[in-house]
This record gives sequence, structure tokens and C-alpha cells, in this order.
Amino acid sequence: MAELATVPVPPPHAGEEDHAHHGPQGWLKYLWSTDHKVIAMQYMFTGMFMAIVGGFMAYVFRMQLAFPGFEVPGFGMVSPGEYNALVTNHGTIMIFWVAMPVLLAAFGNYLIPLMIGADDMVFPKINRLSFQVFFVSTVVILASLFVEGGGFAGAWTAYPPLSASAEYNLTDLGSTLWLVGVGLEFVAFLLGGINFITTLMNSRAPGMRAFDVPVVVWMIVIASILFMLSVGPLLAGAIMLLFDQTIGTGFFDPAAGGDPILWQHLFWFFGHPEVYVVLLPAMGFVAEIMTTFARKKLFAYKTVIFTVVATGVLSFFVWAHHQFIAGIDPRMANIFTITTLLISVPIAELCFVYIATLYGGSITLNTPMLWALAFIAEFLIGGVTGIFLGAAGATIYFHDTYFVLAHFHYTFFPIAIIGTFAAFTYWFPKMFGRMMDDRLGKIHFWGTIIPFNFIFIPLFVLGMGGQHRRIYNYEHFTELAGPGFQNMRVLATVALLVMLLFQLVFFYNCFKSWRSGKRASSNPWRANSLEWTTESPPPHGNWRPDKMPVVYRGPYEYSVPDRDDDHWPQNAPN
Amino acid sequence: MRPIATTRAATGIATGKLAVWWVLASEVVIFGGLLASYVMFRLGHPEWADAAAVTNMKIGAFNTFVLLTSSLTAVLAHQAAERGDGKTAAKFLYMTILGAATFIGVKTYEWWYEISHGYTITSNTFWAFYYSAAGLHAFHVIAGAVIMAFVARDAKRGVELHRVELIGIYWHFVDIVWIFLFPLLYIAK
Repeated sequence: MAELATVPVPPPHAGEEDHAHHGPQGWLKYLWSTDHKVIAMQYMFTGMFMAIVGGFMAYVFRMQLAFPGFEVPGFGMVSPGEYNALVTNHGTIMIFWVAMPVLLAAFGNYLIPLMIGADDMVFPKINRLSFQVFFVSTVVILASLFVEGGGFAGAWTAYPPLSASAEYNLTDLGSTLWLVGVGLEFVAFLLGGINFITTLMNSRAPGMRAFDVPVVVWMIVIASILFMLSVGPLLAGAIMLLFDQTIGTGFFDPAAGGDPILWQHLFWFFGHPEVYVVLLPAMGFVAEIMTTFARKKLFAYKTVIFTVVATGVLSFFVWAHHQFIAGIDPRMANIFTITTLLISVPIAELCFVYIATLYGGSITLNTPMLWALAFIAEFLIGGVTGIFLGAAGATIYFHDTYFVLAHFHYTFFPIAIIGTFAAFTYWFPKMFGRMMDDRLGKIHFWGTIIPFNFIFIPLFVLGMGGQHRRIYNYEHFTELAGPGFQNMRVLATVALLVMLLFQLVFFYNCFKSWRSGKRASSNPWRANSLEWTTESPPPHGNWRPDKMPVVYRGPYEYSVPDRDDDHWPQNAPN
Repeated sequence: MRPIATTRAATGIATGKLAVWWVLASEVVIFGGLLASYVMFRLGHPEWADAAAVTNMKIGAFNTFVLLTSSLTAVLAHQAAERGDGKTAAKFLYMTILGAATFIGVKTYEWWYEISHGYTITSNTFWAFYYSAAGLHAFHVIAGAVIMAFVARDAKRGVELHRVELIGIYWHFVDIVWIFLFPLLYIAK
């Protein structure tokens, strides 16, 4: 216990008048709290609300594609302009206001201090500021949907000249507000990211070495570093695009000596690492869940960390595979094909590591574990189809078809939806102090996974048939509107409706479990990491100041030979 | 009472200093993206040299001198803070702010002169880069000076002296960005 002496331990009741630990009460708590758990919940619920908004958009434009010329219940007739605004904002919202706040900000905020044995982030007030900036950005992006001309309609990648000139996108105010909203969102995540990184570096519990840190924390922090190092050029690009839109500079306008391809470089230099920014947290959740429910040590812990670092480095050298058709030099396309194929190696390795972790384990197939297994299965399809698109030759055919769309939904859906449900159902007992209903959880699981495949497998087929993505009404193109194609579009839409309906089961389960679920003990899954050593839900400060944990081992000591108990908490003295 | 997390230093480096370095890492890529775009354009457009020839190198050189001097006073402030001499540290910080004000004042005159002679941000893409890059830098100068005023106020009372070093690190960064901007925008003809 010698390490304890190095931690300044405040007297047990020192916190009574302490503003930071006993902040504002009542509803004010949610506006001004600096507690990382409250901020995590703020991010979580904002993200879930935005998921409903983004899901509604998907519903409207899928209905339009399946049944053109009919009113969409709950929306009305969809005009071409509205269709463009819907697909643009669906993409933007799902990535920047759902995937990032939930995977990175909500779970990062919740898990990092708890898993490294700290009572809060190192900069609680900056953490609060981060959410406040994020909240403003949410208001801005939602407001942009209701201004004159409607929401931005230049696709979520915002390629100029379409995005730069209201003459083309017809959404003068919407495009500027969209850009401001996205810029503010970046600032929020930079503030949060600095907090995450410094917290992991400096505030680990006594005794916790770098390789005693749970994989999910490593992954969230590496994701924050990737975000920080990739978003800068796009922030610069956003300023340039804002000037092009509002004061008439010509950074991206060839007529004024600019270059539209420059935006594509700046966007994808961020955009591709961004895939890993959201992927890594989800990979981390899966690692935690699989080790817990297979009762096995994570296979090759250190290799996983090094693999993830290598993936992060490589992710900065693949961006131009989004631009094979944009007129880049074919020799450059060769280089980017090679780097793109290379980056599939570490990701495939992670999948194998997880399978090796399962091998020979005593597996419990409960809801979180099902989600974790589904993540690997579905993400694999997304990864394998990425190989087609990473090869410059195949992309000439597949570019801008539904194949691309299906591919990235097979990566982002496992990441943002399956990953989130896995983590949410796994940590729900810790967050709310109640167990979730496992039977309802499984109904929700199958009701989500099966329709998901029925949405996107038809879209793969449509893409291979040469269907272009950016068409509002296929009836205008007789060769694309035949019954073979149209039936698949209807199938995808019906599957989406089924999937959306099954989400009601999830909300019902959440509400019911939160109100009347079985009370959760502090460690219902018999897991090792530190968040399970405190009460469920953890009190303010996470542990009593005199009970702060001390770490003796890594987080994956399950089924250690010669031990009676099959788990060995990180804080249990030898 | 602050959270226990804020009092730990597992790396042995103070958390504040660590965070400032990460802030700089994120800033480097913002300016890096802007300047890399500019350099790529510049290589493809030799005719931009004509526009660059209009910029006033003497004024730019003077401003470089002012900014470098302000970095010196920031170092002297840090030295005084290390000794625990908050009053002297504050004095040097105020001198640094004076340097920042001079820099912005000269910049204002320079821009006023150029704009009144018809070289505006929409003239062509060189001028668009010129005003955007220097403007973003000037924004950092102003932000740094404002934060420095708060740090100096505290230092004068002898509290939060470690912040003198933090703002100094940031100030050197602002200085270094200018060291890149000056040759790229003024000297390269």
C-alpha cells in the first residue's frame, strides 16, 4: 500500500462545502455540473436525440426512393431540394452528432475516469465547456434545417463548387449555418480530446502502468489523438469555404485561380482518420465485453495496442482513395491503393484477436455479448467490401453507386449503432444502477440485426447493377426504374421501417429497466476493471476520497489457473 | 477542494503544461493545413509572385522584430516567475502585451494601406491566402494577449505563477507561426 502515500488524500468530509464535488443541485446540475458522469449523460442523450432526428431523415428519403410521387406519412411530399437536404443532413448528423458524441464523448467521459481510478477529468470546467460548445453546435445544425431555403443540400462531404455557391446548392443560409455548426462541433471535440489525453496520461490510479489500462480507454484516447491531428486542415478548409460562401473569395473556384480538389484533400485528410476515430472506441467496447463474457484474458493485449497505433499512423496516408475518380494522378492512385489495402491488415488482425479471445472461453450469450459478436460479423462485411473500393481499378466502376453507400453503412452501422448498443447494454447497470431486461434486449437485438442486413444487402446489389447514389426519383430514368431494381429499393425501405419499429422495444426496455429493473450490484458481470469496484451508479467523485483504488494488475486476468475465483479485480491486493 | 484527478501527475509533467502542448499540436495542424495548401498553390502559380511583390517587406520585417522581442520578454517573465518574483513577471508580461499591441497596430496600418489601394481578400487567391493566414495568426495574437492580461493580473498578486510559463509556451508558438508566414507571404517573390 506504499503507493497510496503519494496520493494526497483529503479528509473524508472535506468535500462537504466543496463546489466542484457538490455543485449546483436540481435542474441547474445539468447545466453547470462539472461531473464527468453528468457530462457523459448530456452527450449520450443529445446524441440519442440526434439519432432519432437522423433516423427520421433516413425514413423520409427511403420512402421517397421506394414510393416516388407519394406523400411520406409525417413529412408530406418530398421535393428534390428537400431530398438533397435530407441526405446531406442525415450523413452529417449521424457522424458528427451521433457517432462522435455517443462513442467518443459520452463513453469517453463516462469510462475514462472510472476505468483509470480517478474521481473526474483533469479539467472538469473545460469538460463542461466542451459540452456547452457542442450543445450550441447542435442548436445551430438543427436551426439550419428551418431557415429560408431549407437545410444545406450539398452532400455531407460538402464538395465545392456545389457547397461554395448558393447558385448551385440553393441553400444560401443553410450551407453557412451547416459549416458553422460543424466547425463548432470540431472545437467541442478538440476541447474534450485534450481533456481525455491529459487525463489518461496524468491521472491514472497509483500502481496503474500504461499496460494496465483497459483497451477501451487506450482506444478512445488514441481516437482523440487521431481526431486532433487530422481535423486541423479541415478547420482551415472550413474557414476557406466559409469565406468562399460569404465574402466571395475563390479558394475552391477555378475561375478565380482556386482548386476544388483542394477541398477534397482537406476533407478526406480528416475524413478518413475520422473513420478510425469512431471505429476504435467501438472496437474497445467489444474487447471489454468479449473478455468479460468469455471469461478469458484478452488475446495479445500489447499487440492490440501497437496494432491500433499502427492503424492510426496508416490512417493518415489513405485519404486519396476517396478521390480516385476526381482526376488525381494515376501514379498517386497506385500509392493510395497500396496504403488502403495495407490498412485492412491491422483491422483484420484485431478481428482475429477477438476471435482468438473467444476460443476456448466459457461464453455467456447475453445481450451485450450478442451485440459484440454481431459487431465483428457485420463489420467484416463492411471491411471486405472496402477492399473493392480501395482498389483504384474497381472504384472506376463502383464510384458513387449504392455499393459505396452500402459499404460504408456496413462499417458505420456496426460502429455507431451496434457498438453503442453493445456498450450501452453492458454498462447500463453501472450507469443507472439497474439490470436491463435480457429478453427484451434480445428481441431488440434480432429486430435490429436482421432488418439491417435486409436494408443494405439489396443496396450492394443495386450498386453492382450500376445504380447511381444521388438520384431523387428513379422514375426519371427508365433503365433504372425497372421492377427488378425497384423491388429491391422497396425491400430496403420496408426493412428500414421494421428496424425503426424495433427501436421502440429498446426505448421501452430502457424506461422499464430504469424504473423497475432488478437492482444492480456493484459488479454484476464479475468484471475486473476499476469501474466495477464502486457502487452502481457511482457516487459523485466515484469513490470515497479515502477509498480511491490502487491497481495491482492488468484488467484481463480472467480464469487464472490456481485461483478459486474466475476473475481477479485490478484493485485486489495479491 | 479540487478533484483528486487534477492533483495527480503520473507522467511527472504538470497537467497544465501537458495540455498546452496538446493544444499546440492541434494548432500546428490547423496552420499546417492552411500553409501546405498555400505552398501547393504557390508552386503551381508562379504569377503570384507579382502579387507578393506588392506586400511591404520592411513593415513585415519590423513586425517580425517586434514579435521576436515580445518572445524575449515572455522568457524573462518566466524567469522571474521561476524565482517567485510575481511583480517582475507581471511587468515583463505587460511588455509582451505591448509588443502584441504594436504588432496588431502595425498590421492594421498595413492592411488599411493595402485595402485602400485595391488589394482586398477577393482580389485573387494570393490575397485570399494573405488575409486569411495573417488574419488567423492575428486572431491568435489577440487571444494570447487577452489571456496574458489575466495571467499578468494574477502574477502581480503572486498567485498562479506557473501559468506564466504556460502562456509563454503558447506565445512562442504564435511567434513561430509568424516566422513561417513572413517568408512565405512577404519574402518569396
